[in-house]
Amino acid sequence: METQVIQPGSTATDLLMGKGSSKRAFKDKLTQFGVTMGGTMVFVALLLIFFYLLYVVKPIFDGADVTPVMNVELQDVTSPVLMVGSDEQNEILYRVSQDGGVSFYSALSANLVKQAHIDVPQDAEIVSSVASVPNEQRFAFGLSNGQVIIGGVNFAVTYPDNKRLITPSLRYPLGETPLQVSESGTPLYQLAFASASDKLSFAYHDAEGRWFLTRHNGEENMMTEEVEWEATTSQLNEAPAQVDQQLMTPDQRQLLLRSGNRLYVYDIRYVDEIALSQVIELERAKTKVTDVALLAGASSLLVSYDNGQIYQYFQVNGDKGRQYQEIRDFKNKAGVKRIAGEFYRKSFATVSESGELDLLYTTSERKLFTESFDLAHATQMSFSPRANALVVEAGNKLHLFAVENSHPEVSWSAMWSKVWYEGYPEPQYVWQSTSGSDDFEAKLSLMPLAFGTMKAALYAMLFATPLAIAGAVYTAYFMSPKVRAVVKPTIEIMEALPTVILGFLAGLWLAPLIEDHLPGIIMLLVLLPVSILLTALAWYKLPGRWKQRLPETYQELMLVPVICFVGWFAFYISPSIEVAFFGGDTRLFITNELGITFDQRNALVVGIAMGFAVIPTIFSIAEDAVFSVPRHLSNGSLALGATNWQTLTRVVLLTASPGIFSAVMMGLGRAVGETMIVLMATGNTAIMEWSVFEGMRTLAANIAVEMPESAIGSSHYRVLFLAAFVLFIFTFLFNTIAEVVRQRLRERYSSL
Amino acid sequence: MGKWFKSGSPWIWMTGGAVSISLIAVLGLLLLIAWRGLSYFWPADIYQWEVVDQQGKRSTIIGEIYDKEEVPTERLISAGHKFSEDPGELVTRYLIKTGNREFVGLDFRWVLETDILSRTTPKDVAKLERSKNGDFFGYPIAIIEDGKRLTLDDVEASFEEHIERAVALSDKATSLQKREIGAVNYELENLRLKERRFELDNALTDSRKLELQAERDKLQADYKVLEKDFFALREEAGRDAVIVRDMRGEEVTLKLDSILGVTYSNRLGIMGKLGHWFSGVGNFVSADPREANTEGGVFPAIFGTVFMVLLMAVIVTPFGVVAAIYLHEYAKKGPITKMIRIAVINLAGVPSIVYGVFGLGFFVYMLGGSIDQLFYPEALPAPTYGSPGVIWSALTLAILTLPVVIVSTEEGLSRIPSSVRQGSLALGATKAETLWRIIIPMASPAIMTGLILAVARAAGEVAPLMLVGVVKLAPTLPIDMNFPFVHLERKFMHLGFHIYDVGFQSPNVEAARPLVYATSFLLVSVIVSLNLTAIAVRNHLREKYRSLEH
Repeated sequence: METQVIQPGSTATDLLMGKGSSKRAFKDKLTQFGVTMGGTMVFVALLLIFFYLLYVVKPIFDGADVTPVMNVELQDVTSPVLMVGSDEQNEILYRVSQDGGVSFYSALSANLVKQAHIDVPQDAEIVSSVASVPNEQRFAFGLSNGQVIIGGVNFAVTYPDNKRLITPSLRYPLGETPLQVSESGTPLYQLAFASASDKLSFAYHDAEGRWFLTRHNGEENMMTEEVEWEATTSQLNEAPAQVDQQLMTPDQRQLLLRSGNRLYVYDIRYVDEIALSQVIELERAKTKVTDVALLAGASSLLVSYDNGQIYQYFQVNGDKGRQYQEIRDFKNKAGVKRIAGEFYRKSFATVSESGELDLLYTTSERKLFTESFDLAHATQMSFSPRANALVVEAGNKLHLFAVENSHPEVSWSAMWSKVWYEGYPEPQYVWQSTSGSDDFEAKLSLMPLAFGTMKAALYAMLFATPLAIAGAVYTAYFMSPKVRAVVKPTIEIMEALPTVILGFLAGLWLAPLIEDHLPGIIMLLVLLPVSILLTALAWYKLPGRWKQRLPETYQELMLVPVICFVGWFAFYISPSIEVAFFGGDTRLFITNELGITFDQRNALVVGIAMGFAVIPTIFSIAEDAVFSVPRHLSNGSLALGATNWQTLTRVVLLTASPGIFSAVMMGLGRAVGETMIVLMATGNTAIMEWSVFEGMRTLAANIAVEMPESAIGSSHYRVLFLAAFVLFIFTFLFNTIAEVVRQRLRERYSSL
Repeated sequence: MGKWFKSGSPWIWMTGGAVSISLIAVLGLLLLIAWRGLSYFWPADIYQWEVVDQQGKRSTIIGEIYDKEEVPTERLISAGHKFSEDPGELVTRYLIKTGNREFVGLDFRWVLETDILSRTTPKDVAKLERSKNGDFFGYPIAIIEDGKRLTLDDVEASFEEHIERAVALSDKATSLQKREIGAVNYELENLRLKERRFELDNALTDSRKLELQAERDKLQADYKVLEKDFFALREEAGRDAVIVRDMRGEEVTLKLDSILGVTYSNRLGIMGKLGHWFSGVGNFVSADPREANTEGGVFPAIFGTVFMVLLMAVIVTPFGVVAAIYLHEYAKKGPITKMIRIAVINLAGVPSIVYGVFGLGFFVYMLGGSIDQLFYPEALPAPTYGSPGVIWSALTLAILTLPVVIVSTEEGLSRIPSSVRQGSLALGATKAETLWRIIIPMASPAIMTGLILAVARAAGEVAPLMLVGVVKLAPTLPIDMNFPFVHLERKFMHLGFHIYDVGFQSPNVEAARPLVYATSFLLVSVIVSLNLTAIAVRNHLREKYRSLEH
């Protein structure tokens, strides 16, 4: 590589190529151009890998974007707002007022499209109103005669003339006739409700301030296919006198009543056994609670304060059963007026008194967006079904904002530090990217994967490094050239062996073998060095005339039969040892007596299998480094009376140490990125245990398993790209260090 | 002793031991794969055991010995096994392949030595290889030809004759289905796409509609005829049946169209077994896989591997060579060139899965997606090039092996003495002419070496292919008789992935394991021989230039 052709001077070229040679000159130029272009293109293509990975990864760190689209002036406003929202396409906005009026506005033309009103029976009037959790888009009105009307909005999509037409309407999911909730017909004040196809729950208080819970259990009539409801009512004990806010979880298991800065949690799973399970003290220095909202999935509560603090609570299993506990908090600049959660993800938006709009995400603890808009005194806010728009009512106007919020759940802290997820007893590193259920939250912590990668690489290096370096030293320094010419390529050919085969052997041959012969494997660790030393001693003690009879050139290979015999012996007596010491079953012994989890495909198997894959890499480079130590150095040392071993350790190895270091780096780089072996030889569970008898899940194996199933452009897809990018950078760094060290060494040798 | 230790000699022996261990590991591994892989085709003896179980019930087992192991007696006793007499510390346990999957539930079972009363190798017992439900072991008794039970003296001869007939007819049917019927289906699909294309272009006039309908009707008529032929052949193939007495002592009737061959293993001599071995190897490399890849051959995987690797070689060679020539002959020597060189060497060490991820994102989704938008809008939303395929695999592996080719070619270029170049230039040749006539020919063995190494690496890579194009079972090869004959967008099968898939994802790993060993041996032997060739070429090259330098 050092030779470089001296460019012939232009005058010489002119001289050689007189007239008539212009075709040749042209060809020459063309070749030069072609080669330069081709060469540059190749390097650009290689650079492309780096930038493409970066390009795919980048969006996960971008914040969200909220932009105003339009606003529409409200008409005929008679009553305060109950809920607002939009259809899936964000073409129709709706507003439900507390007196039962529903108006639909077109977001395209900013006109009132339709107005409707809940049918209230003649002799009754609306005394309370309540909206459901966002993704149900329902609302209920409590009447003075003890009845409830449940309503919802419906958007019918038709395609006349191949054009989409959305027709909004008011609907009654449980039929138009009001449902009798209170048997005695008392007015239903401060109604809270939750509905499912076969179960309805209502909480309310009567004129005397007594709180009741009514549960309707539905049964479908086989003949008419109509649902017949059966109601049970019971009174709530220990209810607070003054209730500011009432919430019911959509699974109809909990009722939450907020009284000032105190939150009462009732267990309402069984109507006849309603119990106050917890009273949460929300009091914080000099602040007032402004709103309590349920987050998507309804496992988390968000409590906002007038100083801009927002606290997240969810239930954690503890001594007293599942109790709400403060998990994390967010800080906004100004007091929060309204909170709106997304339908399915854990994002939520807040709007302040002064009109500042913030977009946050709970588990990743990210503030995705913050900006002030003309939203002072906002009265209601809601996400659109696809979470790509936000509807806010403020100042007698409905505002529509477009929301671009693709990857809120990913943040640096969510990927690399412990996160407290809903339903977990404590903050943890979790990688769980997919699940069957709809409101599942992906848990994308890269920590367990990085840990697994490190663990696999470490065990492989523990196995490979001593063997490879010792082998390289012997091959380069002591072995006769004739044997070396055979041994070196033989070991190097291992490098070309497809790793899928090593993985297959590790998983289906080695793993059961180790499981069955565990004592033999451990014995081998002891027996091998001992037997080698014994052979050496025997050789040392052997009379000279015996030594002469053995072929000198192949002295090195004398150990091969010895090691083969020891290996066979260790496996042969393994069952006997098992019977003698471990009660006939080592695996059971380890699990029961020592209390260590034992996986069949564990780190030991991976260490050995991947060690084999790494040995040739380290061996080859280290051998080159030792072999190219100039002979006059070692000869000088030997001439001064040093023994072979002294020369090796104090002269040769010292000189070659940078080369050996670079060999280890290269080996590490390979071990970190190895895919097939870990994929096949471990259980691929993302656990964080150093135990040699347990498995792991590495970055590379994780990509191989999950990549084909991840949706393009999803957070999962991009995080997998990030994993690949991390691997890329990691190995590139290792290899660069190794390569630079190697080149330095080469220069030093040439000067010696 | 002390002096001996002080001399450091024991430590030298220890390092020697490390070499020996590595050597044993390498050779042991290769031997293990070769032994397991090749013994798969050897017809094993079929035994008949009389065994007695824990309840004292006697039964007969017919099958092959698959594996055996020594189990500590204590473990068995603690698992609830009772021995009538003390069997000693260890008991031998056999894993027996009994076949007959649909009749006995488990086609593998463990039998303890102590439970065996007798073991014989009856001459009349045969192993029937079937296209469904694995092997069948039993005594063939009679043939049913067209519903009539034939009474025969020599069942074996007549049996083989009937099987050959059925197999020939089945083959004919399969080829009809794959070739002719496949071609009609392909045409029909093309017509559908054509119609959709017209529709998208707003050019679907009534006359065109009629035209297309006429073509479709013609094809449908063809299809009807072919279908009739096909069913006739299938029916003809299923005419005969055989009655076999199985290990339960019951007579089972097996249709001949599901039987591929019969072997009376216990009657075969060494030569006979050798013959079987060779035909087994031949079948393995030339036949299609059966039963979720756990039986049959690996031909599509071999074809897929070779095709993909060749495609990759065609892509990687020019780019790798041009890059190396640029780096060595044209680029100015300086820190940037040095950096590029280091970067290229390092790229060889980047994990292959990273290339797979890049290939999936960039080639498949971005490039392929754009190609679909531009050229195949009629097929959308079904992707044509926008899903993993053989071309994307070849491209991904080309990038993966690019550093190998560049490094190897550059090494070859640097071995050419500069005096040769200067001589050529001094004689009046331009730089281009020197390059074409002198340097590239002289470097060609190095280029070959690089290419061979690249091919060897590509043939063994699996992880990136799992993302960009390999599948468990490809219904069609990337090359067939339908225009345009070469289908680069198709998914393909690959030997390495086959090993992973059959060994780890198949429903019956135990039954498939020997096949995986055989596949591994095939792959290893190809790769090792490629590497040995590369080493030989490189050594030859070194010798050649050594003489040139002096």
